[in-house]
Amino acid sequence: MSKPFVFEKPAGMRDTLPAFYQKNEDIKNTIKKEMESWGYQFIQTPTLEYHDTVGEASAILDQQLFKLLDMEGNTLVLRPDMTAPIARVVSSSMKNVAYPLRLAYSSPVFRAQQREGGRPAEFEQVGIELIGEGTSSAEAEALALMTDVIKKSGINAFTIAVGHIGFVQELLADILGNDNRASELLRYLNEKNYVGYTSHVKELPLSSIDTQRLLKLLDLRGGIDVLNKASALAPNAKGQQVLEELINVYELLKEYDAAQNIVFDFTLFSHMSYYTGIVFEGYAAGIGAPIASGGRYDDLLSRFDRKAPAIGFAIRMDYFIEALGSKNDSIKKQCILFTPERRKEALQWARAKRSEGGHVVMQDLSGVKNVDEFSKRFDEIHYLIGSQQGEDL
Amino acid sequence: MNTVLTMAMPKGRIFEEAVDLLRQAGYPLPPEFEDSRKLIIDAPEAGLRFILAKPMDVPTYVEHGVADIGIAGKDVMLEEERDVYEVLDLKISACYLAVAGLPGGNYQKVAPKIASKYPNVASHYFREQGQQVEVIKLNGSIELAPLIGLADRIVDIVSTGRTLKENGLIELEKIADITSRLIVNPASYRLHAARINELVERMRTLVESKEGNQ
Repeated sequence: MSKPFVFEKPAGMRDTLPAFYQKNEDIKNTIKKEMESWGYQFIQTPTLEYHDTVGEASAILDQQLFKLLDMEGNTLVLRPDMTAPIARVVSSSMKNVAYPLRLAYSSPVFRAQQREGGRPAEFEQVGIELIGEGTSSAEAEALALMTDVIKKSGINAFTIAVGHIGFVQELLADILGNDNRASELLRYLNEKNYVGYTSHVKELPLSSIDTQRLLKLLDLRGGIDVLNKASALAPNAKGQQVLEELINVYELLKEYDAAQNIVFDFTLFSHMSYYTGIVFEGYAAGIGAPIASGGRYDDLLSRFDRKAPAIGFAIRMDYFIEALGSKNDSIKKQCILFTPERRKEALQWARAKRSEGGHVVMQDLSGVKNVDEFSKRFDEIHYLIGSQQGEDL
Repeated sequence: MNTVLTMAMPKGRIFEEAVDLLRQAGYPLPPEFEDSRKLIIDAPEAGLRFILAKPMDVPTYVEHGVADIGIAGKDVMLEEERDVYEVLDLKISACYLAVAGLPGGNYQKVAPKIASKYPNVASHYFREQGQQVEVIKLNGSIELAPLIGLADRIVDIVSTGRTLKENGLIELEKIADITSRLIVNPASYRLHAARINELVERMRTLVESKEGNQ
């Protein structure tokens, strides 16, 4: 590439200007408060990690990692997600803190653009990890908290799809037995290629009952009755156990009053390959990508030598804010334009307003060239000009 | 909830067959549909809004979620590798991707050159064959490349084989069969599940009944 112009940034990197920054902060604070009120404690991890540890453990494709070398020649990565760094923290700095752990984060993550613009290469995620808890209660808690966060932020039209990696794996293993054939079909499902899946299934030398079982897997999407349909596909004992677990989670979600937006979807496969059980994604009207996603990852912690079941989810701040649409700023922008002889008066006025929580700019009139243009930025302008005391002009 | 679904349609070769199929599936489309130069056409009775795009761009609109569903050739799907659901083979606009070249050409060069409108498909294919090739991207009239020495072979879609023949080229290897596919945005697939499922089922029934008649 030629030398960049001064206005250019690396592909996918974006500036955050005041209006958006404020909105982002406000919404983030709402989300964080909700997570804190459920007892989750926020932590921060470094932006740079070793490729050999967090880079390898992360589920993000290697070609999407930003890599650089440190002074000793080690490959470093800009963290591509927060789950792997937290697994590292839990197994090192916090290894003496007993499970279960409830941790939260609010951090930018970095994923290089492979193809084109239109998607950021750095974006913020706010999320939680519930580590060392393998029960259905943990699953219900994660889903209920995600639902709560979405609702409290003001998104009303949303759907949370819940799937389970285990069910699909068990069904495929039960019908196909050998791993190669199952992984071939799993590849089609991962690629979202149902045409390929369907024609491949039809070519396999199976009984017509088994062929139907495999094809009907693609229809397992919808309300709670999907679990009955799934049960009709006669999964093996482990598969049946998964269904019972999901029914249980659904019952628990009802108690949280968080079951209305849940749909079940066994065709849901996350990009995150470390998920081992339940997976879920939240969608909001008008947004073409999930605003939140999560799942159970019971094998990740063992990569950092502190084996434990775990579950978590992350909110994608950029899509989340897009889903909220434009909302008026709650705090008015005020400005006081003054001339030096009335500075004291202006200061008093500004202090009073600031102590009430107002956002007040104090601007010396002689420092502004175009007063009309400047004034447009504020909701309220007060003038303290000239020697006359008391009244505003 | 009666939402309007946005559907990305490919202009050109596939368009008319796709429109026929939708009409046969019972979606009332406005009569001026085929002749219009508009890029966005509403069909309120069908509960659909159509955007007319270059075939190669259809999966892009659907992946980014500005269209909920779309119709795209498998050739485009292979080339673009977008994150969308490929839910149904519409069995229209059948053709195939193939490697072609001059008869008796020398294909054992140190750095063989391949011209194609499908650089990703071409690279993947030759890698799988264990060959390192250099791919040159062209936007049309690919057959020209070997004739005037720009490339040794080409990767392109073949429907009747007439263009190849008239230009003195022969088909060397077949890469993949191509038909048009119904594709769906992952978020829309769940948010508008009822509407999309209905559309997919209507199309599926139609496609299957046509197959039965053949």
